[in-house]
Amino acid sequence: MVETFLGLPVVAPRGVGALHAASPFPVAAAKALTNDQLRRNLGHATSTIRAKRAAVVGELPDWESLRLAGEAIKASTMASLDSHLLLLEQRVTERGGVVHWARDAAEANQIVTELVAATGADEVVKVKSMATQEIGLNEALEEAGIQAWETDLAELIVQLGHDKPSHILVPAIHRNRTEIRDIFLGSMSGVSPDLTDEPRQLAMAAREYLRRKFLSARVAISGANFAVADTGTLVVLESEGNGRMCLTLPQTLITVMGIEKVVPTFADLEVFLQLLPRSSTGERMNPYTSMWTGVTPGDGPREFHLVLLDNGRTAVLADEVGRPALHCIRCSACLNVCPVYERTGGHAYGSVYPGPIGAILTPMLTGVSENPSLPYASTLCGACYEVCPVRIDIPSILVHLRSRAVAATPPAQSPEAAAMAAASYVMRSPRRFGFASRRYRLLRRLRRLPPPLSGWTRSRDLPVPPPETFRDWWQRTRGTR
Amino acid sequence: MSARDDVLARIRSALGPLPAAPSDVARAYDRAGSLHGEPLLDLLTERLVDYKAMVHRCAPSDVEATVASLVDGRVLVPSSFDLPGATVDAGFSAVELDSFDTVVTACAAACARTGTIVLDGSPDQGRRAISLVPDRHVCVVRADQVVETVPELLARLDPTRPLTFISGPSATSDIELQRVEGVHGPRTLIVVLATP
Repeated sequence: MVETFLGLPVVAPRGVGALHAASPFPVAAAKALTNDQLRRNLGHATSTIRAKRAAVVGELPDWESLRLAGEAIKASTMASLDSHLLLLEQRVTERGGVVHWARDAAEANQIVTELVAATGADEVVKVKSMATQEIGLNEALEEAGIQAWETDLAELIVQLGHDKPSHILVPAIHRNRTEIRDIFLGSMSGVSPDLTDEPRQLAMAAREYLRRKFLSARVAISGANFAVADTGTLVVLESEGNGRMCLTLPQTLITVMGIEKVVPTFADLEVFLQLLPRSSTGERMNPYTSMWTGVTPGDGPREFHLVLLDNGRTAVLADEVGRPALHCIRCSACLNVCPVYERTGGHAYGSVYPGPIGAILTPMLTGVSENPSLPYASTLCGACYEVCPVRIDIPSILVHLRSRAVAATPPAQSPEAAAMAAASYVMRSPRRFGFASRRYRLLRRLRRLPPPLSGWTRSRDLPVPPPETFRDWWQRTRGTR
Repeated sequence: MSARDDVLARIRSALGPLPAAPSDVARAYDRAGSLHGEPLLDLLTERLVDYKAMVHRCAPSDVEATVASLVDGRVLVPSSFDLPGATVDAGFSAVELDSFDTVVTACAAACARTGTIVLDGSPDQGRRAISLVPDRHVCVVRADQVVETVPELLARLDPTRPLTFISGPSATSDIELQRVEGVHGPRTLIVVLATP
């Protein structure tokens, strides 16, 4: 390693946004596992989407080539991220947009709040965006007296239910149709009391409820799926048309985007526009994709602001093993195949990014010491790697982060370090080793270890010691039988 | 130090002093299709219908009559789209646009494999809002605008224009991940495919 760091990597700060888990994963997961309704809802939803994804991915004989290209484009982008961002800034500015840079969540929230305040608006419409969820933008706007209306159906369900998102693509995946109807009946003004739980009726209720907001909104806030450096083009994929409403009708558009979302050329989109919809909603193409470059006179917003967000991403970039986590295009295929996610749901991860990708991305964004249990929220089965459209080797990064989590714990407090020190002491001497292995035999009846080792045996069987150690057998028989 | 300089410095420090490896992206995926003529148009039709769009095929000389038979209520068209009886967009407000029942536009290109049509704001397609607010969108696609694959589609587009990719009517999968057609965008999408 060459030591020319200007400083230590800067992680996402505490106290703002939705990256820092309130309780460790094992505690939160144990609680979630007692919720039968949640597991039924998740089991149903994830098996539906898994089948859809498999069908449309199977249609493309060149799927593996697309994955390889997606991975290669992302890797080469990260290798010169600074120059791609500078080119993006230049192109957006040339086309009439304004580019802002934010070191972290607090700074991004402040920029957006000031931009909205400058328009005089006291409410904004929002397109679903992971970046704005991550930085806690809605809460920051509310503190400034600005009401943010989520317009994606699932985000709306979460917002009206005073709930938290539990999935990257479908934040309300933990709710079934009946629960959604009840939320609408309870919190949606002007909704018919005869509303049934038929999905079509629920979607129509949302259409009615949001229509007036769309037609009168002056400011919209979005995220971005991609931004093309060499043209300055921003890209948002969506399904419902709420994105088009927000990106087209208001006078001012503010887009908050993680710095890793940039791609070098317009032609690179030909790869991602095939990988993302098929991996995400299991569609050949999502109903609507909007692309815009700066401001177009006579069409759409008259003012466009792009906020480029770091918030720990450069710390991920600094981790050479973990860096590919920045390649993620937020499709959520890894969540849908994960046996752990399917059982615990997204809330247990305590971060806006749940599931396998969240288990690697969150601890790297915040620093592993802030979320040390997340790298263990996996069985390392590898299903996530297999479906990932940009081939992020999530299991290897999980193992890497586990070692970082152990290294981050002071040796005096690390059970692994203590166990290894004890083992090393015992194994250094034949006498001590022989004594210890005979003692171990006496534990034949033991099924659980005493604290503090009981955690290990809570979910595992203790291996039964052999009735006779190898040394004793050798001494007795000299290998004759 | 400005936030911009700070973030750029963090990136450079994270990447280290070594120059970036030459970016070599292998593009072994299909960059061009193999279908032409009828089979290509059939694939587009099949994929559009699969996502609940309606497709009407007609000869180029019959486009006007076909479109006229498909519109409903108050009809809006962009500035250079000829349709007798329709109102030409005069920069209406969003609320005014909401009083139209149907919008008729041309398109910039279409992709058969994904069942996608793209609008780019040309005078026969109009600004983005007009094809969004009315509940019924009738879109005229010429046979020579149809390509098979996504790479061919993007190659036909000008990224500096505002682009809208449309694959079926608006839909959501947010309730139990089951697809439901028709949310905020036009709930009815009708494609008129003009084939010689």
